[in-house]
Amino acid sequence: MRVMAQVAMVMTLDKCIGCHTCSVTCKQAWTNRAGTEYVWFNNVETRPGQGYPRRYEDQEKWRGGWTLNRRGNLQLKSGNRLQKLFGIFASPVQPELDDYYEPWTYDYENLVSAPASDDFPVARPKSLITGKDTKVEWSANWDDDLGGTAATEEQDPVLQKIRSDSEEQIRLEFEKTFMFYLPRICEHCLNPSCMASCPSGAIYKRAEDGIVLVDQDRCRGWRQCITGCPYKKIYYNHKSGKAEKCTFCYPRVEVGIPTVCAETCVGRMRYIGIFLYDADRVTEAAATPDEKDLYEAQLELMLDPRDPEVQRQALADGVPEDWLEAARRSPVYALAKDLKVALPLHPEYRTMPMVWYVPPLSPIVDLLRDQGHDGEDADVLFGAIESLRIPVEYLAELFTAGDTEIVTAVLRKLAAMRSYMRDITLGQDPDESIAESVGMTGSQIQQMYRLMAIAKYDERYVIPTAHLEEAHGLEEMGCSLDVDGGPGMGQMGGLGEASGRPTPVAIENFNALRIRQTSDDPTGNTQLAGRVNLLNWDGQGNPEGLFPARESEKGGTR
Amino acid sequence: MSSVADILLWGVLPYVVLLVVIGGTVWRYKYDQFGWTTRSSQLYESRMLRIASPLFHFGILAVLVGHIVGLVIPKSWTDAAGVTEHMYHVLALSIGIFAGVGTFLGLALLIYRRRTTGPVFMATTTNDKIMYVLLVATLTAGLATTVLSLWDTSETSYRDTVSPWFRSIWILQPDVGAMAEAGLSFKVHVLFAFVLFMAWPFTRLVHAFTAPVHYLFRPYIVYRSRDGASRSGSVPVRRGWDPVGTRDRDGTGRRQGGSSRREKSSSGR
Repeated sequence: MRVMAQVAMVMTLDKCIGCHTCSVTCKQAWTNRAGTEYVWFNNVETRPGQGYPRRYEDQEKWRGGWTLNRRGNLQLKSGNRLQKLFGIFASPVQPELDDYYEPWTYDYENLVSAPASDDFPVARPKSLITGKDTKVEWSANWDDDLGGTAATEEQDPVLQKIRSDSEEQIRLEFEKTFMFYLPRICEHCLNPSCMASCPSGAIYKRAEDGIVLVDQDRCRGWRQCITGCPYKKIYYNHKSGKAEKCTFCYPRVEVGIPTVCAETCVGRMRYIGIFLYDADRVTEAAATPDEKDLYEAQLELMLDPRDPEVQRQALADGVPEDWLEAARRSPVYALAKDLKVALPLHPEYRTMPMVWYVPPLSPIVDLLRDQGHDGEDADVLFGAIESLRIPVEYLAELFTAGDTEIVTAVLRKLAAMRSYMRDITLGQDPDESIAESVGMTGSQIQQMYRLMAIAKYDERYVIPTAHLEEAHGLEEMGCSLDVDGGPGMGQMGGLGEASGRPTPVAIENFNALRIRQTSDDPTGNTQLAGRVNLLNWDGQGNPEGLFPARESEKGGTR
Repeated sequence: MSSVADILLWGVLPYVVLLVVIGGTVWRYKYDQFGWTTRSSQLYESRMLRIASPLFHFGILAVLVGHIVGLVIPKSWTDAAGVTEHMYHVLALSIGIFAGVGTFLGLALLIYRRRTTGPVFMATTTNDKIMYVLLVATLTAGLATTVLSLWDTSETSYRDTVSPWFRSIWILQPDVGAMAEAGLSFKVHVLFAFVLFMAWPFTRLVHAFTAPVHYLFRPYIVYRSRDGASRSGSVPVRRGWDPVGTRDRDGTGRRQGGSSRREKSSSGR
């Protein structure tokens, strides 16, 4: 057993409102540069839908992920090492810009600089690739909220699979009632196929936190990783000629703050924490013969941080003490392994993805409500989960390689939580039989409720910081003593305010955030206390506080 | 006796070329890892590339093997192995023309694609254009020697002229006389090649020096410690990217692609 730590994320899909704030903030932080205009490290897809890039889940076409060869060993779906090298001169199945979309901007300047005429000037769309006029025909979330799905729903690879399996003509009707959002980032897999595809060996997994990164200096632009990644979450920067991908916001995570997408999530649907896993057994688990057993195999890899044997081995393998503590408080471990409600996305790709999803119950609840049923009654919900085959099968194709039993079990737990907690909210005695019917106890349900409905900032994000003794290795760190609470905190260089080395942005943000979140006055406007609000002033007289205190009085009034 | 021009061209120039190639490559490797890439344009256009690129690359690899065999293996060795002059040339010609024409077709298609596909042409820097000129010139001259040898058998004597000279360079005893006797087409070919080699480290051709053969032997999964990263702490690194927009395309040839490289390399003080 070799214990390693992995920073991981859980997304509870019921709480995603599809606002795309995560995508936008991520783009502003990471991909607002030339060459990455079409790149979304984080994107939110409406399902059913084609996804971004279009139909990326169709691995018969895109050849992403792993497959088992005749001897039962793992092999890249796009071919063995020799085949990959022979295909290097023109990557055989690389998505083109059309499969993503052609990025564009608008010619706003024309609005102010157009000569006077009878017609209104317009801002024409201009391609960011050629700079010429373009026609906007597709984008990363073109089928948002099922927009245009009537025309394109045939193209959803998951729907296609369900249809071919069931040999049933599924009417479009059900899409009207069944829809959810799927935010996607890089999965930071335990067995990443992008890394295995890289001829240069430029992609690596950080030993400390498992974040998968591309060494920009060693990437030579062979673009095999783009074929290799089944989630198509690694992109080619067409300006620099290098591969780029989601970094799990490592400069933020290193100082203990969540990723940009998680920090700005309006629905608070993202959880970040630590997994301890057995690195020696990853390959073996990924080579599990039956696809439907892959979820269990992946769960098996996740070690119990409360097990003394695991703790002892973790320390021996160099996992710091405070990381072990964080692992014990990890919300992702609680959701994935304790409560078993979080599932990996497409485990059948055999990459052991480390972004987990709690499947959404809301499509089913919404349907019941629309039909006039009680969407919070346990029996009604359980019955609906059993009978609504299509949504369950769809979720199963996404999260369990088609095993509906696992998805049903998770949905039943979510349904049980709704019913159980309703009784408590209404002041009635909780019905323990509801908890028992899904194999849980009342206190477990309460724990799940606490985690999924209430969890505050520090419960959702349990991120141990990178270690100070290793600080010299951190890219953005300045003086390692200048961090929060360190002896050098707030200190400036010897020659006044602007001297010395600049404070790293991540540290500055971290301190500002901490102050904002912990201070009593979120606006920081304490100096306005005691002043008259002019909007409420009746214009009569000279009440106290109408004018700021004189400099000489200031000391006395405070 | 060799003339001064001969000594300069075949006795001095080869070492200048070697110096530039080795020195330039080392310099680039040290200071411009970020610019060291194939700068693939497959994202823009893939249909033509899928045929042209493998045709060119496999062709040029075959040409390379042909050159190694022709230049490195002395005539006495093949004679000893019982290969007659005629056999050798029929073999060399048939394989050589096959590889050469393939490479040439591939290159022609690549250039056509580059010129006619809008985004690909926009991503073409002056550097790329010079490189293409040199590639075409060298390749054409090389093919010409082969084709000319069909008519003029004296042109086939490169194994007595060019090859001994080539081998003599590496033992630092350049046999200027041998090369001076070679046919004109060979001299032109060699001179073009010299210029191409000197430009090599400073163009996208460097990607050939990092051909990923080690991929066959490395483990699939790469763990790397944060400490192990070859970063030097808080040394400020200037940004290696351009802002989004079409404005930066106004000066296509000058700025594009090259800009990030310049910024990066200048920061490597």
